[in-house]
Amino acid sequence: MTVVLETEGLTRRFGQVVAAEDLAVQVREGEQVGIVGPNGAGKTTFLNLVTGYIPPERGTIRFMGRDITGLHPRTITRLGIARTFQIPQLYSNLTVLENMLLAWAAREGRMMDPWWPLRRTAWVEPAMDLLARFGLADDADRPTYTLPEGKRKLLDVALALALRPRLLLMDEPTSGVSVREKFPLMDTLMEILLPAGVTVLFVEHDMDVVLRYAQRVLVFQGGRVVADGDPQAVLSEVLAAPSKTK
Amino acid sequence: MKPRAVLIGVLSFVGLGAVGFVLPRWTVFLFSLALARGLAALSVALLMRAGLVSFGQSLFFATGAYTAAFMVRLLGVREAGLLLVGAVIVSMTVAALTGLWIARYREIFFAMLSLAFTMILYGWLLKAYWITGGTDGLRIPPPTVLGTAWSVDTLRSVLYEATLVCTAVALVLIHLFLDSPLGYALRAVRDNEVRLEYLGSSVWQVVYWAYVLAAGLAGLGGVLTALNVGHVDPQLAYWTTAGEFVFITLLGGTESVLAPLIGAVVFEFLRTYALKYAPYTWQMALGGMMLLLILFMPRGLWTLRYLRFRKAVS
Repeated sequence: MTVVLETEGLTRRFGQVVAAEDLAVQVREGEQVGIVGPNGAGKTTFLNLVTGYIPPERGTIRFMGRDITGLHPRTITRLGIARTFQIPQLYSNLTVLENMLLAWAAREGRMMDPWWPLRRTAWVEPAMDLLARFGLADDADRPTYTLPEGKRKLLDVALALALRPRLLLMDEPTSGVSVREKFPLMDTLMEILLPAGVTVLFVEHDMDVVLRYAQRVLVFQGGRVVADGDPQAVLSEVLAAPSKTK
Repeated sequence: MKPRAVLIGVLSFVGLGAVGFVLPRWTVFLFSLALARGLAALSVALLMRAGLVSFGQSLFFATGAYTAAFMVRLLGVREAGLLLVGAVIVSMTVAALTGLWIARYREIFFAMLSLAFTMILYGWLLKAYWITGGTDGLRIPPPTVLGTAWSVDTLRSVLYEATLVCTAVALVLIHLFLDSPLGYALRAVRDNEVRLEYLGSSVWQVVYWAYVLAAGLAGLGGVLTALNVGHVDPQLAYWTTAGEFVFITLLGGTESVLAPLIGAVVFEFLRTYALKYAPYTWQMALGGMMLLLILFMPRGLWTLRYLRFRKAVS
């Protein structure tokens, strides 16, 4: 199976804190990989390194065989890596539909278009379709600052998915969401992402979510991958030693 | 655009055009200046959409005005249309150069840099008196409009109508711009730059092109002022002029392309009457006005539209 993402010797320190050390990770096409680990283990740093938010001190990052080390986030996004954030990054004063239409403009490479309207039929219809799949169609005209956290998370993913990424990195998709809403939210996400053939890498603290939705799990600790494999096997080992990892 | 809004726009345009032939000359002159300054205020409002406050739009206002003066004196151009086009192009070119640097900055740094640029121009206009006329400035002889040299009496009305047409065209274009992806991207810059970059778009480019477009608007306002007044001087580039544009923008509001124009008309008449009735304390009167505005209408006079709407609903 094609290797979508590959890192070698990826290293990054913040002063004395080792956020990533010699990280060697491979993700194959179509996989759903969960990343777990205690706070400060380097999970979010890994996402930030891959998406170009922070540059590595050493090491290489390859996406579909192409070296993307040190590239700007928007270049990496255009190559096919999209991400979501622990705190959803939305345009708070725009409506849900306007948020989505901006993503559509970006997808079509028309963000710098200064004259033709953003609300053009050719974009509104598919954007509304995608919102409907995320259960957000009824909220299309609501400003996003009025949305509850679960729907903000969904919209964050919808914006990323509008870009038609090959690889989607999600940072704690269920954080800030009530216990009752976690599984329905993940069900909705996976029902959309898997048929689209998107490779998914997600950071998660909730082991039940990882067990249910990841095919493979990476355990981070001290900026290193200390375990990699089947979630059931790896997590039962990890949970047996709670002092090492969460 | 909604049909009702188009109808109101067309009727307002025709009504304002008609008053040019009816009102006293001094009032027509004030309206002309207000519209020209309103365009500069609109350029401030445009940048405010991206959360950027410019204290340097007088740079482009003065560039537009002086470009017209230089075109008349050095190239012998007399046609108003050519002066308008030349002034807008030069203003946008200056912005295209300064924007390479300033588009990286935000908040107070953007405000102070824009102020610094306009003060550099002000200093140059003062010192290079053999070209710019120094503090005396330069006189602009009456231009031809549509190839016709109008009599002095008629020219005032003709220039007013020309200013009105330019303002209307600029309003329509800016309205279209704000509805476009780039126009929405401006609001996205204010809300969340990170998300915009992670959609694969360049925040720098969005700010840069908005800055250049805003410069074109301010330049247009500058050349229209120069043609109506018939004179340019360094005061056009001074920071207080830029401050007035910010004042006008806050007075009118930023929610509609019409709001800064309304602010400009109110400001121009307010200042004229304040000067007439309180010649030594007129700035205090304007300051008091600003204080009241911030306290009771922080979103500007445009808020009155919603008050009226609420009454109609109740």
